[in-house]
Amino acid sequence: MDSSTDRIARPWGARTPYAPGTPWPARTDLHLADGVREEDVERWVRSASLLHSNGDAMDIAVRGGRIVGVRGRAADRVNRGRLGPKDLYGWQANHSPDRLTRPLVREDGRLVESDWDTAMDRIASRTRTLLDERGPGAVGFYTTGQLFLEEYYTLAVLAHAGVRTNHLDGNTRLCTATAAEALKESFGSDGQPGSYEDIDHADTIALFGHNAAETQTVLWMRMLDRLEGSDPPRLLCVDPRYTPVARRADVHLAPRPGTNVALLNALLHEIIRTGRIDHDYIGAHTVGFDELVSRVEACTPTWAAEICDVPAAQIERAAELLGGARRLLSTVLQGVYQSHQASAAAVQVNNLHLIRGMLGRPGCGLLQMNGQPTAENTRECGANGDLPGFRNWQNDQHVAELAEIWNVEPDDIPHYGPPTHAMQMFRYAEQGSLGMLWISGTNPAVSLPELARIRSVLAQERLFVVVQDLFLTETAQLADVVLPAGTWGEKTGTFTNADRTVHLSEKAVEPPGEARADLDIFLDFAARMDFRDKDGAPLIGWRDPQGAFAAWQRCSAGRPCDYTGLSYEKLRTTGSGIQWPCTEDAPDGTARLYTDGIAYAHPDRCESYGKDMVTGATVTPVEYRSLNPEGKAVIKAAEYLPPHEDRSPGYPLQLITGRTVYHFHTRTKTGRAPELNAAAPDVWAEISPAEAAAQGLSDGDLVQVATPRGAIRARLRTTAIRDGVVFVPFHYGYWDTPQGYRPPDDGPGRAANETTITDWDPLSKQPLFKTAAARMTLVARRGTGHATDTDGTGTEGSTA
Amino acid sequence: MSGIGVTLRTLHDDERDLEQDLLAAAERHRVEHEFHHIATDVARWSREHATRLAALGRDHGLDLSGPRDHPSPGALAALREKASQALGRRPETGLLLLHDLRDLHLAAVRNSLHWEMLAQAAQATRDERLLELVSACHPQTLRQMRWTNTMIKVLSPQLLVSA
Repeated sequence: MDSSTDRIARPWGARTPYAPGTPWPARTDLHLADGVREEDVERWVRSASLLHSNGDAMDIAVRGGRIVGVRGRAADRVNRGRLGPKDLYGWQANHSPDRLTRPLVREDGRLVESDWDTAMDRIASRTRTLLDERGPGAVGFYTTGQLFLEEYYTLAVLAHAGVRTNHLDGNTRLCTATAAEALKESFGSDGQPGSYEDIDHADTIALFGHNAAETQTVLWMRMLDRLEGSDPPRLLCVDPRYTPVARRADVHLAPRPGTNVALLNALLHEIIRTGRIDHDYIGAHTVGFDELVSRVEACTPTWAAEICDVPAAQIERAAELLGGARRLLSTVLQGVYQSHQASAAAVQVNNLHLIRGMLGRPGCGLLQMNGQPTAENTRECGANGDLPGFRNWQNDQHVAELAEIWNVEPDDIPHYGPPTHAMQMFRYAEQGSLGMLWISGTNPAVSLPELARIRSVLAQERLFVVVQDLFLTETAQLADVVLPAGTWGEKTGTFTNADRTVHLSEKAVEPPGEARADLDIFLDFAARMDFRDKDGAPLIGWRDPQGAFAAWQRCSAGRPCDYTGLSYEKLRTTGSGIQWPCTEDAPDGTARLYTDGIAYAHPDRCESYGKDMVTGATVTPVEYRSLNPEGKAVIKAAEYLPPHEDRSPGYPLQLITGRTVYHFHTRTKTGRAPELNAAAPDVWAEISPAEAAAQGLSDGDLVQVATPRGAIRARLRTTAIRDGVVFVPFHYGYWDTPQGYRPPDDGPGRAANETTITDWDPLSKQPLFKTAAARMTLVARRGTGHATDTDGTGTEGSTA
Repeated sequence: MSGIGVTLRTLHDDERDLEQDLLAAAERHRVEHEFHHIATDVARWSREHATRLAALGRDHGLDLSGPRDHPSPGALAALREKASQALGRRPETGLLLLHDLRDLHLAAVRNSLHWEMLAQAAQATRDERLLELVSACHPQTLRQMRWTNTMIKVLSPQLLVSA
C-alpha cells in the first residue's frame, strides 16, 4: 500500500521493478480525507479515473453520503492499483461549494436562478423555432471527452436522427481527433491497435510528442518499472522539451516545432536504406509501399537536420534504435497531434510499424494516444459527429444499417458530407448561420485558440448558447441557459480508455442540489422535442444508463468496437476492466487488434476511404476500391510543408502550449483540489536559460508573451527546452480572477489561448496549438511588486 | 510555334494566374481559416509548376517568365485582409467563398486538361523530359481540383441553406 508519500512531490511514487514478459507487480495507492481511516469507509464504489485518458481503475470511498477518498484497484489490468496525483486528489472538487445546483437562465442580460422546466422549455422552444425557420443546419452540439458512453450515444442519436444536424462534435477535436484520423488513414478504421501490456514485452519504446510522465502518470510508472528492472527497454523521446521522459531516454530528439513530418520521413528513409524492413509483412498486409520509398528517397538525415535543427548523427542514432528493435512499442500524443501536419506525421509512425511488421504481437504495439478519459467513447459513439460504431458516411450500406437500428429512413440521417468539426461550427456561428450551440462538459472560452475571437462569437446576441457543466465556467458565464450537471461519482455509466479498456463507473453519492446526470438532461430534451422513429414510436426508447448501454451494444454489433459480450454485471464481477472488441467469441475481450492481418480496411467495411495528406480532400469510394480492393493497410506517404506561421523579426520565438502534471483541461476540477491547486496555482512561461540570457531575462521575471492574436503575462521559468521555443501551460483561465471569464480591461490575460493561432490540421481538423510565432518581453523583474495585480489572478504566492 | 509550344505557354500562364488567384482568395477569405491556409499551401504547387514549365519552355524555344514575384504585403493585401475581417460576420460572404471555390476549381480543371494534352503529346513524340514534368505536376493539379470540390461539397449545405 502506497499511501504515505506526498504524491505532489513524487508524482510516480515508489518503484516496483519487473523483468520483460513478466506481469507488472501490483501497488495499491490510496488517499483518504484527513482523519478518515480505511476502516471508517462505509462503502467502496467501483469507478475509474476521469482526469486523464489512462483509465486507472479505482474505488471511491464513501462515508456519510460524501466521497472521502479513492483507492486503486490492484486487480485491474490498466494500473494494477496505482493512481496518479490527479486521481488521488481531484475527487475533492465534487464537493466544492461553488458547484452549480440550479439551472440558470439569462434575464435582462444577467444569469438568474431558475428551474428545470423553464430552462429546458427555453432550449426546446428555441430548437423548434430554429428547425422551423432555418432547418437543422442552424443547431449545433459541442460536447466533450469527459461524459460517459451512454450519454454520448444518446446525444449522437438525438443529434443525428432527432434534430438531424451534421453539427455535432466533441472537444476530443482538440486532443484525440488526429489519433482517430491517423488510424482511419492507415487501417481504414479507428481502433487502437496496441495494448498497455506491450510495455511489459517491448525491447524498445518510442514516445513521439508524448510526455507520458505528465499526461499519463500511471503509464509512465509502468515504463519506469521496466527501466528499473532487468533487461530494460531502450527509449526514444521526440520532444522539443527536456521532459522527464527525455531524461530517461537513450536518444532524445528535440526538433524545431512544426517539423515532425521532415523528421519522421528521415527516420523512414534510414530504415528503408538500411533494409530494416519486413518484406513479407509489407507484401501480405499493405499497399502503397513503393510510393513511400520514392517519397522519402531524398529525405536523408542531413536534409532533415537542416529543417528540424537536430544533428544528422542523432537522427541516424534514432533510426538505428528503431531499426534494431525486435519488439517496438510506439506512442504518439499532442506533440504530434497539435502540431503542424498533425495527421501526416501520426501516419508516418503507423508506417514505421507497417514496414517493420511490428503489429499485433506482444511488445509490437502502436498506441495513438488519447488526451481525455472518455474520448474513445466520444469517437466510437459518434458524438464527434462520425456515424456511430465507426460507420462510414460515404457508404450507403452503413447508413442503411444505422437507419435500421434506429428505425428511421436513411435520409433522416444527414450523410451528404463529413460531420462539422468544432472549429467550423464556431466559424458558422461567427458568420451567423448557426443559431444555437449546446455545449456540454467543456470550456471553449479557455480551451479553443484565439480566445478574444471565441468570446466574441459566444457573446453574440443572435447565438443561443446552452452550457451544461458542474461549475459556472468562463463559457457558462457567456451562456443563455446554464444546466447544472452531475459528474463522476454521482451517476452510473461506462467509459473506455486509450487501450480500449472498458470500465463501469457507479454512482457513489447524490449530485448536489438539483444537478442532474448528463444522460437525464439529454433524455429530458428528447422527450420535450418528442423525437419519433418512422413508426411513430419514441426515437429514444431507453430511460436509464443500462438501457442506453443495451442500445449501444446493438449499434456496435459486428463493428470493430463490438460491445456485445459485455454487460454491467460482467464489468461488476470481473476484477479488471475489459478491452473491446468483446463478443461471444471473445468473452474476455481482445488485447490487440491486427494479430492476423488488417481486419477493417476492406472497402465494404472501412470507416473512411481516406483523405489527401495535404489538402484533406476526401478520397472517393471508387478510388479507394481500386487502390485497396482487398482491404490491406494503406501506407500513405506525405511531403513536408513549412509551418503556416513561422518566426519573423517581430516574433522571433515559437510558442507551444501543453498539459502539465497537476492539472487537467481548464482546471475546473483540479483547480478546486487544494493539493493540486497549491502545486501549480498560476500560469508560467518556459524558455531556455540561453534564450533568457540573450534577452536579458531571468527566472521569476514577469514577462509578456505576445503573438499577432494577443498576449498573456506570466512568471518566467528557465528550463531545459530548445532555444527559440517558449512553452506555456494551457490550463489557466479566469474563473478564479476578478473578471470571471476574460482578461482585465487594461491588460493581457493569463490563458495561453489568448495567443494561439486559428489553424487546424486539414485531415483531422485538430487545432494546432504548437505552431505559432511569439515574442517575449520583460514586464517586471523578479521580486518587484507588480505581479499579482498585473496578471489579474489575485492569487498570492504566484509571485517569485 | 508548335502545338506543344502553344500549350506549354498557355499552361504556364494559367499556372501563374492560378497561383495569384489562390493567394488573392486566401487573403480575401482570411477568416475562413482552413480555406486560407490550404489555398496558400496549394498555391505553392502552381508556383512550382510555372517555374518548371518556364525551364522546360527554353528547350522548346519559348521565353516564359516563370512565376510572378510575390507581392509585398502592401496596401492592397492589407486592405483585402481588413475587408475580410469586417465582412466575416455576414452570411453573404459565404456565397462569395463558394463562387471563388468554383472559379478556382474551373481554373484547375482547365490546367488539368492542358496537362493531359501535354502528356499525350509527350508520349507521341517520346519526349521523356516533358513526360517526366507532366507526371510530377499533373497529380498536384488533380489534388487542387479534389480539394476545391471537397470544400464546395462540405460548405454548400450550410452556406446555401442555413444562412
